[in-house]
Formats: sequence, C-alpha cells, structure tokens
Amino acid sequence: MSKEKNIYGVLAEFRNPKELVDAASSVKNSGYKDFDTYAPFPIHGMEKAMGLKESPLGWIVLAGGLIGGIGALALMIWVMTTAWPYNISGKPLFNIPIYVPITFELTVLLSAFAATFGMIFLNNLPRFHNPLFNVERFEKASDDGFFVCVEATDDLFSEEKVSKLFQDNGATHIETVYDSE
Amino acid sequence: MSTDYQYVPEPKLIKGDHTFGSITDLIAKTPLSPTPKLWYLAFGLANLLLITLLGAVGYLIWDGIGIWGLNNPAGWGWAIINFVWWVGIGHAGTLISAILFLFRQGWRTAINRFAEAMTIFAVMCAGLFPAIHVGRIWVIYWVFPIPNQMAAWPNFSSPLLWDVFAVSTYFTVSLLFWYVGLIPDFATLRDKAKSKVAKISYGIASLGWTGSFRNWWNYEKAYMILAGLATPLVLSVHTIVSFDFAVSLIPGWHSTIFPPYFVAGAIYSGFAMVLTLMLIARKIYGLEDIMNIDIMERMNLVMMVTGNLVAFAYLMEGFISWYSGYIYEQGIFWLYVVGPYAWGFWILMFCNVLTPQFLWFRSIRRSVALTFVISIIVNIGMWFERFMIAVASLSTDFMPSAWDYYSPTFWDIIIYIGTFGLFFTFFLLFLRFLPMVAIAEVKGVMPQADPHNYDEETQEFDAAKTEPVVVQQEQTV
Repeated sequence: MSKEKNIYGVLAEFRNPKELVDAASSVKNSGYKDFDTYAPFPIHGMEKAMGLKESPLGWIVLAGGLIGGIGALALMIWVMTTAWPYNISGKPLFNIPIYVPITFELTVLLSAFAATFGMIFLNNLPRFHNPLFNVERFEKASDDGFFVCVEATDDLFSEEKVSKLFQDNGATHIETVYDSE
Repeated sequence: MSTDYQYVPEPKLIKGDHTFGSITDLIAKTPLSPTPKLWYLAFGLANLLLITLLGAVGYLIWDGIGIWGLNNPAGWGWAIINFVWWVGIGHAGTLISAILFLFRQGWRTAINRFAEAMTIFAVMCAGLFPAIHVGRIWVIYWVFPIPNQMAAWPNFSSPLLWDVFAVSTYFTVSLLFWYVGLIPDFATLRDKAKSKVAKISYGIASLGWTGSFRNWWNYEKAYMILAGLATPLVLSVHTIVSFDFAVSLIPGWHSTIFPPYFVAGAIYSGFAMVLTLMLIARKIYGLEDIMNIDIMERMNLVMMVTGNLVAFAYLMEGFISWYSGYIYEQGIFWLYVVGPYAWGFWILMFCNVLTPQFLWFRSIRRSVALTFVISIIVNIGMWFERFMIAVASLSTDFMPSAWDYYSPTFWDIIIYIGTFGLFFTFFLLFLRFLPMVAIAEVKGVMPQADPHNYDEETQEFDAAKTEPVVVQQEQTV
C-alpha cells in the first residue's frame, strides 16, 4: 500500500433523480466529456442532460436481421430447388409463400441475438472488475443511490475543481476513486 | 359557461408508502434469505412428478409411441393437445413483457418477470411433446437443416417444420429478453448479497453491470428493439402452430379463422395461468403492494376481451360451416355438438363461453377468490378446446367407415401430469433464486423516478405534480 495509487475519478452522490439530472447537465456544461451517471433505473431526460448521441444499436440489429432473413431465404431456395428437389403432393419447388414463416422466424432470431449481444458489446460488458466497486457506497447505485463520476482521463480533470463543481450542485457525498492495485 | 375537464386519474401502480430502497428490500429479500420449509415441500412434490415424467418418457422411448392411445384415424392425441396448450400458456409472458411495453402500460412491471419465467418453462414443457412424438428421438436433429449422413434436407414446405423454427425461435428470444431484463436486477442482488457464493454467482450473471447511464442508454434501446421483435414473434408463433392444422384438408381444421383464433385463445389461457400463479405467490411472498388488486383487474379485463374473441370464433366456426355449403364442414360441426365427443364440446362451452361473462362485473374482477377459480376453469376450458380440435376432427373425418373413437391410455395421462413436475421444478427454482419482480423496472414507473415530479426550488419530490391536470375550457355551444 506504500505505492501511490492511480486516481480513476471523482464520484459524487446526489439525493434524487432530479438532482442527478441537474448535476449531469452542469458537468456537461463545464466542458467535461469523460463522465457518467449511475442510477438504479434509467432516468427520463438524462440523455439530454448528458448530451448523448443516439445509440448505434439499431444498425447492429439491422445487420443481424438482414443476415437472418437473406440467409434463411437463400438456404431454403437452394435446398428446395438444387440440393434436395423433392416432389411432395405436386407442390412447386420454388414457392415463395411457403418460405415466409421460416424467413420471418430466422430474421427475428438473428435480430434478437444482435440486439442482446450488441448491447452487451456496446456497454463493454462483461467485465470482471470496475474501479467504482472499490467505493463501498457505490453498492447503493443498484438500490437507491444516484451518482456522478468524472473520470481522470478527461483533459480538464482536476480533483479539486471537480469536487468544487459537485459541491456547488449539492452533492451529499464526494469521494475520490482509485484504481485497484 | 365553462366546464372543468379532468383526466381520469390512474390508480397508483404500487400501493403503500414505498421508497426505492423499500422496493429493493421487498423483492431482494426472497432470493437472499434462507430457504423456507414450505419451499422444500413444494419442490419435493414437483421433483416427484418430474421423476415420474422422466420415467414415463424413458419407457415411451424404449417401447415407442404405441403406448399412447393413438389409433388409425386419430394420429394426434394428447401429445399434440398438450403441446398446443403449453405453448398457448407461454404467450401471456411475451404479451405482457413486449406488447404492453410498446403500449407503455406501466402496470406490466409488476408481473412481467414472473410471466416471462412462466413463458420459458411452459415452452419447455410444450417442446417436449413434439420431440417425443417423432418416435425416434435420437434422430431429432433431422428436423434442423444440418447436413446429415443421408445428404437429405428437411421439407421446408411443411407447416410442421415451420413449427420447429417458430417454437425454437420463440424459446430463444424469450430467454434472451428475460436475461436482458434480469441483468440490472442481478447487479442489485450482487450488491445486496452477504454470502460469498451468492455475491460471486449474481456478480457473474450481472456481467459487471454498474447502472451507468451510458449503459442504460444502449440497454433501453436493446429492450425496446427486443420488445418490437417479440411482438410480431408472439403473434406468429401461435399462427404457425395453427397452420399445423389449418394447412391440412381435414374438415374442422381447414379454416382461415384459425390463426387469429389460436392467438386470442393463447393469450386468454396464458393470462389465466399467470393469475393462478400470481395469486398464490403474492400471498406467500407478501407482494400484495406490487401485485395488487388493480393489476388483477386489468388482467381480468384482458382475459374478458380475449375470452370473448374466442367465443366469437366458435360462433363463426358454426356460421362458416353452414355458409360454406360444404357438407363435411357442416357434418363436423354437428359432430362437435351432438357427436361422440359432445361432452367435451359442452365442457368447452361452459368454461370458455359462459365463464368469461362473469368478468363483466367489477366486483368479480376485483375478487381474489373468484378470479382464482375462473383462472383455473379457463385453463381447463382451453385444454378441452385443443382436445376438440385435435381429436374430434381427426377421428370423425370424411368417411364414417374410417371413424374410430379415441381415448387416452395411462401413459398419455401420466406424461401430461408429469409436465407439471417439469414446469414447477423450474418455476420454484426461479421463485427461490431470482428476483420475481423486475426491480429496476418497478422503480422506473414510480412517480419518484421522474425528474419532472420534483419541485424546482427545493429539489424535493412533490406529490402534487403527479395529480392529473384540470383543464378549464370555455364551452362554445
């Protein structure tokens, strides 16, 4: 423990969603970019306060859906007309209406995979550890705590200035977060 | 002359005086406290049934499906009835979690986790039946388009194959949706857990979730997309199940009303099953504030609407058989009403046409005891509906010389009862180890969660802001 620990950021706790939104927008307006807010549920209007862009997840899902739909259709056309042409009660082999149900199902299936794993990927999950977990109070972030953290990677970061900003916004608790050893 | 207009006030979604913290404690206490004795008793009973099921299925695989009561005209018996019944029950979960989400129905948060779990376990029970019905379960992989030793491929023009894709997609997507919903709640349990094993297991399941809004932002998008995908999916699944029947030429099956009628019936029976389970669970686990009477009433309303849709479909079946001028359709309809299975038809009429009419009365919709009874009657009725469709149509089709009466054997019955063991084993594990209400979502619909409900000056929660707005308007006439 003798070594100097790296600072991860400064974490502040607020009383309720309203204060958190206000704090987030004043952090954004002060010019910070590497910051995040933590709450037990998504808060209405926070994306505006933090100035977030639209999530790119929709494009990932579109790609998944296209692969599913085109793949299913291609597989069925190839099987029914080339690989295994089989006359069953005189039904035509190339028969688009009959391909509809499976094309639909596989489009949905691959889109759902893309949505789930795309979300996990965009969120940089799974991760085994997070420096924020070194802070004991941070347990409340999944219960009834509302936190803002400005990270040390930000160009404007300075421990005193960030703490001052949080104080001005009425934070109930301010703490410096260190990286794990 | 001026009049005051007021929006109809919505009843509070969560009763009692709850804060975010008390909601966490209320829901997280069950998975984190020691196992109650009653749970062991229930789990033991469920395990007993599950072992019975495994034994019966083992014997079925050993001896073949000849141990069932199937006969020459009736090639589909209880196995298909049970399959359709269980899949149908599953539909309520997706309806609650996806369709009601898109319609912004906040009350769904009280029951969505619960109903989604029910969906997944019901679809598992359902999937068992077609799998064992193929007779040679060791080559079940032939139904998937996997290159095999015969260089043969599945027949993509068969509705039975569509069903394979529909049900397996449905199961997978429901599971993904369920898991996505669980991630933040796993994080809550991780942070609340005291024991090391619990902390590590919930920690792994939560993937390291912190509640970061940058994560919530992608998460909400993913949740909405999944809801948007699950909505047409749930409608397609029972549609495709109904194609198993409707695409054939059997009188009583070959009908375009089947898809909508199957979907309505599925939601009807699913809501009944959710109610049956919910009314027991909320009592045992003390969740009356969340799974409250208002929510029960709304579910009863959905049941009333879908029940009447189903009743209307029965009526239309009679009308169309007459209007079609096709003697075999007319014949099968009369055989339903007065034929060898007429007893089944009249049980069905009692359970599915008469029973939902009681739900027109507000006092009955808000009575826990009566709702419980109705929910069970509805599921009995829905089982008989599938019985009438599958068995009555098959065993009395075109030529009377080919008719034969179908009755189940001991093995049909024991396998059906055994699936309850499968269902309840998983359901009890769910109640014991997972949060049975979506903690994060319930908090999200509380009035305290909306920053607009806070006072600008004091930054304190202001209950007056949640009251409906009174609009004063000059009357022009």
